[in-house]
Amino acid sequence: MTAATHAAPAAVAVSGAVPTTAQHGMTAHSDGARARPAIPVQTRSERFRSVHAADFPPVTGREVAWKFSPTARFTDLTDGDLDGSRLPFTATDAAGVTLSWIPRTDPRIGTAGTPEDRAAANAWTAVTEALCVHVGGENEKTVTITRSELGTAPRAAHTVIEAAPHSRGLIVLAGQGDARLSENVEILVGAGASLTVVSLQEWAPEAVHLASHFARLGRDARLKHIVVSLGGQIVRVNPTGHLAEPGADIEALGLYFADAGQHLEQQVFVHHDAPHTKSRVTYKGALQGEGARSVWIGDVLIGNTATGTDSYEQNRNLVLSDGTRADSIPNLEIETGDIAGAGHASATGRFDDEQLFYLMARGITEEEARRLVVRGFLTEIVQKIGSPGLEQRLTAALDMELRRS
Amino acid sequence: MSVLEIKNLHVNVATEQGEREILRGVDLAIAEGEIHAIMGPNGSGKSTLAYTIAGHPKYTVVSGEILLDGESVLAMSVDERARAGLFLAMQYPVEIPGVTVTNFLRTAKTAISGEAPSVRTWIKDVRESMARLRMDAAFAERNINEGFSGGEKKRNEILQLELLGPRFAVLDETDSGLDVDALKIVSEGVNRAKANTGLGILLITHYTRILRYIKPDFVHVFVAGKVAEQGGSELAERLENEGYDRYLPTEASVAGGVSAGAPAPSK
Ligand SMILES: Nc1ncnc2c1ncn2[C@@H]1O[C@H](COP(=O)(O)OP(=O)(O)OP(=O)(O)O)[C@@H](O)[C@H]1O
Ligand SMILES: [Mg+2]
Repeated sequence: MTAATHAAPAAVAVSGAVPTTAQHGMTAHSDGARARPAIPVQTRSERFRSVHAADFPPVTGREVAWKFSPTARFTDLTDGDLDGSRLPFTATDAAGVTLSWIPRTDPRIGTAGTPEDRAAANAWTAVTEALCVHVGGENEKTVTITRSELGTAPRAAHTVIEAAPHSRGLIVLAGQGDARLSENVEILVGAGASLTVVSLQEWAPEAVHLASHFARLGRDARLKHIVVSLGGQIVRVNPTGHLAEPGADIEALGLYFADAGQHLEQQVFVHHDAPHTKSRVTYKGALQGEGARSVWIGDVLIGNTATGTDSYEQNRNLVLSDGTRADSIPNLEIETGDIAGAGHASATGRFDDEQLFYLMARGITEEEARRLVVRGFLTEIVQKIGSPGLEQRLTAALDMELRRS
Repeated sequence: MSVLEIKNLHVNVATEQGEREILRGVDLAIAEGEIHAIMGPNGSGKSTLAYTIAGHPKYTVVSGEILLDGESVLAMSVDERARAGLFLAMQYPVEIPGVTVTNFLRTAKTAISGEAPSVRTWIKDVRESMARLRMDAAFAERNINEGFSGGEKKRNEILQLELLGPRFAVLDETDSGLDVDALKIVSEGVNRAKANTGLGILLITHYTRILRYIKPDFVHVFVAGKVAEQGGSELAERLENEGYDRYLPTEASVAGGVSAGAPAPSK
């Protein structure tokens, strides 16, 4: 058992969260949605971790990691047997990127992180092999790995994305069609490497996808990590960024659009564990329709060795209709007095009818006007992706979401 | 000959305390190519009239009519009215994050004319209009009104007026917050639009200084939700010198909460 309590209890702990009103004319509180402050029961660094499912008691839904999730609807993934064989995928080609299956005994496995919940541990236990995506070479390149034939039986997956020192690349991990998937993704970013990882969820309406991403960033490594959740019944992608060596830099971006009855969740954890590390976390989501639900938890831990750290995290939600709920909980723990900057913001606001009026007063139809405003709200994230092809594809996907209303 | 008619218009606004009567029987008729100035104290209902013409959902028409060439626009949605040729330059234009001016203008032009404008002439039209309004080309790539100064927002309204080419425009205090240079530039824009398309204009203002550049054919004094007097441009001069006192009933009978709104003398 690997119960990790690798950070000393906070000497100077600035813990807890006060959602702030936004700078963009939104309010931190509005009908049909709420952002609420949360005082953590324990600091994120002290959370129980293990790669063995049996080390976790059966999920009740009251656990700190699960309390916002509809756990009763995926007990097969948290407590059942998972198919851990190689899963079907298609991938595009690019020079410098190689894909291979590696045994679970491979020494790279487990170097980026350890599961914090039973679904992740269950998947970790179940897989026999991991898909290894090796990125080498300093030229820019993109590889898209698409999982579209996973079926409806519960399955497990493990992926290791390894960026060699000084390499560059963009890896898209896309999901489409049916799925009941619990997976772990380890991201190893070597010294001086610059890697972008996009997790793109465009699953079919009944799909359930639970993912834990663990990234370890070496010296002066840069990771742009982007979670885009559009399709699926329940999608939970929890990325952890471990800034393990000096100069490491993570930009964690997220974009989600929750429709009626959809649960989209992301628990982001950034651990500043070395001097002069930098993090920017920006998640934006729109919610529309009865029962549309989003959860964003942003934990940032600035460890006692992480002097000169620069960190900022924010989550903004745009509420397009009644009957939605957005939980937004930023949370900052600081164990050193010597930081360059740390801050957070959270806001959930209703669609602004005056914006709609302005556009319609210029002849633009209501449907088109709503699309413009929502697209405008989310576009900040899309534009940061840095891949024109993917940006176009996402813009089109967002338009589809809006049209579905 | 196009005409915009407002007949015995009564309008309520939905407030947290319930419906409140703001317009109490407005009568106006604006023909193509005419300029009508509306002057009146703060809170007299000028913006309410402007918003009601545009179809803002907060305002309820209780009775009366708004007719464009004899056809009622009351059943039309905001965008339908704009496509029918009505335009409102807003007193307080809103910011829209993430939507660039270029994208917005193209979308609006396409909506109004029913087809996408030809790329080459459109880009040229936009660039020339912006240059005439002394707007830096960089504004095209900025988000609508985001971080614009008061004067820049007003120019942006007139830019839209020029490019969309409506038949009737309501200009709600487009002159407020403009320095003399900007006032001239904006006025020239309005006059150009009128000369090019025979635009009819309803110009709401507190000050006569804009009327030196945009010459009104008629001046209407707006008090407590209706037109209290009308005349020619000489009326504007008198208002500037005397204020609205003569139109104000005794304090006790003023239901609309009219505050001291005598226009500041222009320099
Ligand atoms: N949306 C609204 N909610 C509540 N009250 C309103 C609303 N719109 C207008 N009113 C009220 O109606 C009255 C008329 O307002 P309006 O904005 O039309 O005046 P105005 O003549 O344009 O004033 P100003 O010269 O200050 O621009 C005011 O008393 C105002 O408070
Ligand atoms: Mg007004």
